[in-house]
Amino acid sequence: MPSRFNLIEEDRQQKGGEKRSETAGRWQHDSMQKMLTIISNVLRGSASRHGAQVVSEAASMVASSRSYADFTPEATFDIKKVDLHRLEEGPPLTATLTREEGLKYYRTMQTIRRMELKADQLYKQKIIRGFCHLYDGQEACAVGIEGGITLSDHLITAYRAHGYTLTRGGTVREIMAELTGRRGGIAKGKGGSMHMYTKNFYGGNGIVGAQVPLGAGVALACKYLGNDQLCVSLYGDGAANQGQIFETYNMSSLWKLPIIFICENNQYGMGTSVERSSASTEYYKRGDYIPGLRVDGMDVLCVREATKFAADHCRSGKGPILMELQTYRYHGHSMSDPGVSYRTREEIQEVRSKSDPISMLKDRMLSNNMASIEELKEIDIAVRKEIEDAAQFATTDPEPPLDDLCSHIFANDQPFEVRGATPWTKLTSTS
Amino acid sequence: KVQVWILSECVSLFQVNVRDALNQAMDEELERDERVFLLGEEVAQYDGAYKVSRGLWKKYGDKRIIDTPITEMGFAGIAVGAAFAGLRPICEFMTWNFSMQAIDQVINSAAKTYYMSAGAQPVPIVFRGPNGSSAGVAAQHSQCFAAWYGHCPGLKVVSPWNSEDARGLLKAAIRDDNPVVFLENELMYGVPFDLSEDVLQKDFVVPIGKAKVERRGTHITLVSHSRCVGFCLDAASVLAKEGVECEVVNLRTIRPLDVDTIEASVMKTGHLVTVEGGWPQYGVGAEICARVMEGPAFNYLDAPAVRVTGVDIPMPYAKILEDHSVPQIKDIIFSVKKVLNM
Repeated sequence: MPSRFNLIEEDRQQKGGEKRSETAGRWQHDSMQKMLTIISNVLRGSASRHGAQVVSEAASMVASSRSYADFTPEATFDIKKVDLHRLEEGPPLTATLTREEGLKYYRTMQTIRRMELKADQLYKQKIIRGFCHLYDGQEACAVGIEGGITLSDHLITAYRAHGYTLTRGGTVREIMAELTGRRGGIAKGKGGSMHMYTKNFYGGNGIVGAQVPLGAGVALACKYLGNDQLCVSLYGDGAANQGQIFETYNMSSLWKLPIIFICENNQYGMGTSVERSSASTEYYKRGDYIPGLRVDGMDVLCVREATKFAADHCRSGKGPILMELQTYRYHGHSMSDPGVSYRTREEIQEVRSKSDPISMLKDRMLSNNMASIEELKEIDIAVRKEIEDAAQFATTDPEPPLDDLCSHIFANDQPFEVRGATPWTKLTSTS
Repeated sequence: KVQVWILSECVSLFQVNVRDALNQAMDEELERDERVFLLGEEVAQYDGAYKVSRGLWKKYGDKRIIDTPITEMGFAGIAVGAAFAGLRPICEFMTWNFSMQAIDQVINSAAKTYYMSAGAQPVPIVFRGPNGSSAGVAAQHSQCFAAWYGHCPGLKVVSPWNSEDARGLLKAAIRDDNPVVFLENELMYGVPFDLSEDVLQKDFVVPIGKAKVERRGTHITLVSHSRCVGFCLDAASVLAKEGVECEVVNLRTIRPLDVDTIEASVMKTGHLVTVEGGWPQYGVGAEICARVMEGPAFNYLDAPAVRVTGVDIPMPYAKILEDHSVPQIKDIIFSVKKVLNM
């Protein structure tokens, strides 16, 4: 890992005499401002546990950052070793992150985080109703997975799907408007939280475990059509015991389908901890004859590298592979679950302070001079604005028209009559 | 092949049993569209548990005719997922009784998806297999699922009787961009029917949602589906000797129900008896009677509409008991006479 100080030396030598004095002057001004900002942040305690580190970062930043051109364009990080099942080798132990990628992952994870928190707020105001399963804490999974595949690959998940709807091409506006049941929603208000779809993203599925064979079917289509695409099929620790998942393991292996099974183990299936639901909690081994990886799901780079590894495995025609992502949800199972009757607040707080995926990425980028605090703050502000605008849209967009009640029963069909609530109520369905 | 003179035209008729009609329909649709494929237990190397898919594996190979393990929930889900991703699967249940293991995939993953996605995700899939009672297979293998699947919006449910129905409806089902539940009947597989050249054309389809009047009559309407249509026609022949002319309506489709054809017939005859193999409670006949009550045909009824159904018990094994568990021709004749107050 290149040292911050080495870069500064090189920089000075490159710039030459004249420029140096000019820039030195600017340095002092900018750096003083930055120094003051950072120190005041520390004193306010907002940088919390990283106080000392931030000050030292500030020092290095003062010394090093002048313009974006001086940021580290790329850095390589050590990532946690992955536990392997039936694999000789696993993903690499280091991951290279470019500045662009870092900013993109940061922004996307922050967008998911803020979007989910806004949904929490709207739910409490009763503007969102029914089921609402929030994804905050698990952002590194959705973002890391997408980093290891492309949008022409396919993905399917269960009901905790807002994050994936975003990474698979949905916009915050249409996701939030779907949650509030408006016509501008991604499913025009017909689906709700658990039934959002985009190209190559098959929801959003409400029945626990059912999405896994569906994903294998998508993978079968990829193999059938010979398009070198694959399908990522996600399920949780709660779903991992479903019989149909084992049926799917069997058929996927028999037919060598290009499927990546991913178990997002957030330690709890609703109110039931993994110890209470599963005779074996080594979910990455549950595929038995299917090779498996157990990955730190709080580290977006870990997730990305593991996904790339898994994708290579699939695309080389070797058949399925299984990844267990160890992750955590800050919210309860859904908005009707406070999430503290089966786990302690201390546990939640500990994960937040030690393993938050967004903080982890932020720290990495800052401590390697890949971005400035200001830049990240600007991203935060932009994200907040995006969420506010989306929430505004989601609360003011009109509800779907009643004409839409019976539409979308059948595809490519003539309009037909639908019986309403009484024999005299004759409604029409259009495709 | 038989040549028949109708008016002054010579029409060629070909004897085709229901099994072969289904087989040819699938063969032609597999050839027509590369995205069509068949999966299910024993469909490939065994030539089909009831030989409906005989010869297809040999012709099309492993890619398009897929033998599955005995895991209905899994392979039905795989079939639906393949439909999501642009293929056109035919998912066979060895009998519809086994579909109960997979019913969640049929209803929640297939039927409801186009609606939940507001039209973004169509599901062009056919689920097919033998439905209803067979001979001596006892309670767990004899249930009729017409009412259960017919209950659900988002599904089309068809129930062919003869070879023309089987061929035309299966082609229509495979070409339909929506989930179709295709209810065959094992006891009909071996029954031959005469098919004209028109019916044997590659693009012959029977429209889903349209009933057919198999026999015109003036005194009473018999509405039925699947094998019971044949019983209705037999009962009608017997009754004709006593001067009672029955109109026999072959539903062909359970959902959407062709209420117009039923109403037009009832408005003509003034009397209605429905005939089905399934159980009476909440069944196909119950729906037909309710619809007639709620519509214009009610005013033309000269007597209450009644249902002839399977007996409300799990299917027994012993032949004498089994024979008395299903509607017989004498039950239809008896009911007609009761309704006509004879």
